Amino acid sequence: MSLAEPRLIRAGSDRAALSGATTRRRKPFRTRAYKVFRAVALIVVVAAFIAPLVWMFLASLKTNVDIYDASKTLVFSPTTANYETVLGRNNYLSFVFNSFWVAFASTVLSLIIGIPAAYSMSRFAMRRSALVVLMARIIPGVSLLVPWYYVFSNLSMVGGYSVLILSHMFVALPLIVYILMSYYDSMPLELEEAARVDGLTHIGAFLKVTLPLSVGGIATASILAFIFSWNNFMFALVLSGADTKTLPVAIFNFVAYASIDWGGLMAASVVVTIPIMVIALFTQKYIVSGLTAGATKG
Amino acid sequence: MAVAALPPKRAPQKQNAWKAYSDWANEHRKWLFAAPAMIFVAVLIAFPLGWTLYLSLTDASGSVRAKSEFIGLENYADVLTDTDRFWPAVLRTFVFTAVALTVQLVLGMAIALLLWRPFKGEKWVRVAILLPLVATPVAVGMMWRLIFDPNIGFANQLLGFVGIGPQPWLSGQYSALPTVIFIDIWQWTPMVVIILLAGLTSLSDEPDEAARIDGATAWQRFRFITVPLLMPTIIVAILLRSIDALKTFDLLYATKGRGGGSFHEVETLNVYAYGLSFDYNDYGVSSTVLIIFFLIIVAVMFVLTRRRKEVQK
Repeated sequence: MSLAEPRLIRAGSDRAALSGATTRRRKPFRTRAYKVFRAVALIVVVAAFIAPLVWMFLASLKTNVDIYDASKTLVFSPTTANYETVLGRNNYLSFVFNSFWVAFASTVLSLIIGIPAAYSMSRFAMRRSALVVLMARIIPGVSLLVPWYYVFSNLSMVGGYSVLILSHMFVALPLIVYILMSYYDSMPLELEEAARVDGLTHIGAFLKVTLPLSVGGIATASILAFIFSWNNFMFALVLSGADTKTLPVAIFNFVAYASIDWGGLMAASVVVTIPIMVIALFTQKYIVSGLTAGATKG
Repeated sequence: MAVAALPPKRAPQKQNAWKAYSDWANEHRKWLFAAPAMIFVAVLIAFPLGWTLYLSLTDASGSVRAKSEFIGLENYADVLTDTDRFWPAVLRTFVFTAVALTVQLVLGMAIALLLWRPFKGEKWVRVAILLPLVATPVAVGMMWRLIFDPNIGFANQLLGFVGIGPQPWLSGQYSALPTVIFIDIWQWTPMVVIILLAGLTSLSDEPDEAARIDGATAWQRFRFITVPLLMPTIIVAILLRSIDALKTFDLLYATKGRGGGSFHEVETLNVYAYGLSFDYNDYGVSSTVLIIFFLIIVAVMFVLTRRRKEVQK
């Protein structure tokens, strides 16, 4: 083992040199004991993160009688009754639409004002201006809600979509600016300068060269903005009306009654979580790069 | 800049209006690009903050439109001497944040180290770790409410298997706070893992190899090489997590409802302020709490960003 070590190190770094600097250069650990330990540890970790979600899903397929029965923890006859109740009787599909529309519109509008802002703040190193936008992330939402509620109810906007979209833009915009700023920071200026030499204006170069090149960053930012807007609870709790409730608020209202319909509640929770998880499954590399934006540069 | 310095009289000859606008836009693109976003945020923040500050000096309550009297710093005196709701809420906010953050950092680091070196099925493990992170917090709260239900919950069934009696979990006066901290750890440890993993992946191999050749043990290399090199990333993780942990609302409100439960057992500053505003319509006091809360958050951020700059040097 110890004799083979230097050779393995070299093999590892050769491979790294071939596959480029960005990939992992670490060589895998060699000892069998470590491999077994790691396999066990990984299984425990994955189980800890997944099991509760599986539990929620299983409960959504059980009758309330089965949920109360410890012997039917894993073996039970599944039923779709909870989903039928939730989707049929409680106007749930319109809440799904509300959530989708608010998240979508607030993401798109935030992109429209956020992309140029992020670009400018990155290119001209406007750190103080960037801080203004990032304040939206730091400030507790409650401190804005009372004045917002007052103003928007005077404008008869409370209970409409526009106020929800505006408030959710408040969640989406700082995310978009933060992610795209670090994206533009790492983008070379040369291409844009070449476009300038070819006769494009500054704005033309931005629109025709920089923007198409930043599609990856924009995708990352939009996906995260959409997820955070979809999951947001507090703003919609205060600012939505009976018809414009979003899914998190609709779920919360489920438990306002004396006894909880656990099966229905879990079905409702699955309905709100599934779309976002499907999005996450297909876009996981974007989510990871968005969440780590700016982290590695320190 | 050189173009702008030319005498403006020469410009209109061939240029149409569009060209003039376009030139102006290009000239001022720095602010033109940044302004919409900044104005949007500034309007939605500055005015409410100013108003909250004003409300904190009045006895506003009842309806949002009700008349209120200016009472100076009376609310501040009341709030800062309130050992019944306010100070316990401050304490809970810090306990919640500190405990959740510490455990998330330790666990997150351990998991990130596990995932660091390549292995089969890496992608699936990453996906699994991402799921709690994207799950809707209110749904997560509901899910754990069922799991921690004292009578039918899986948690107590599990304890039953190993012969431990049922625990009250979320419904207990003293167990509720640890339980919500546990849920927060479940949901947000993945965030720390992802950030630290990104940092680990970007580390250079050489210092570690050098130490290995010098005969350093795995722990020594971790403690004296990996951790110091990773410090900027660790600070980013602390910064991002503490902003959110201090403000945690959905999880607490979804699991315990108004006032953080009947004994206010999970009432943090955010939940307290929300309750004062929207459950009890006590706007003057709630604004006071919010201003103090805001100052606390700014202070914490200030300390952390200074630490971050020191680490970078």
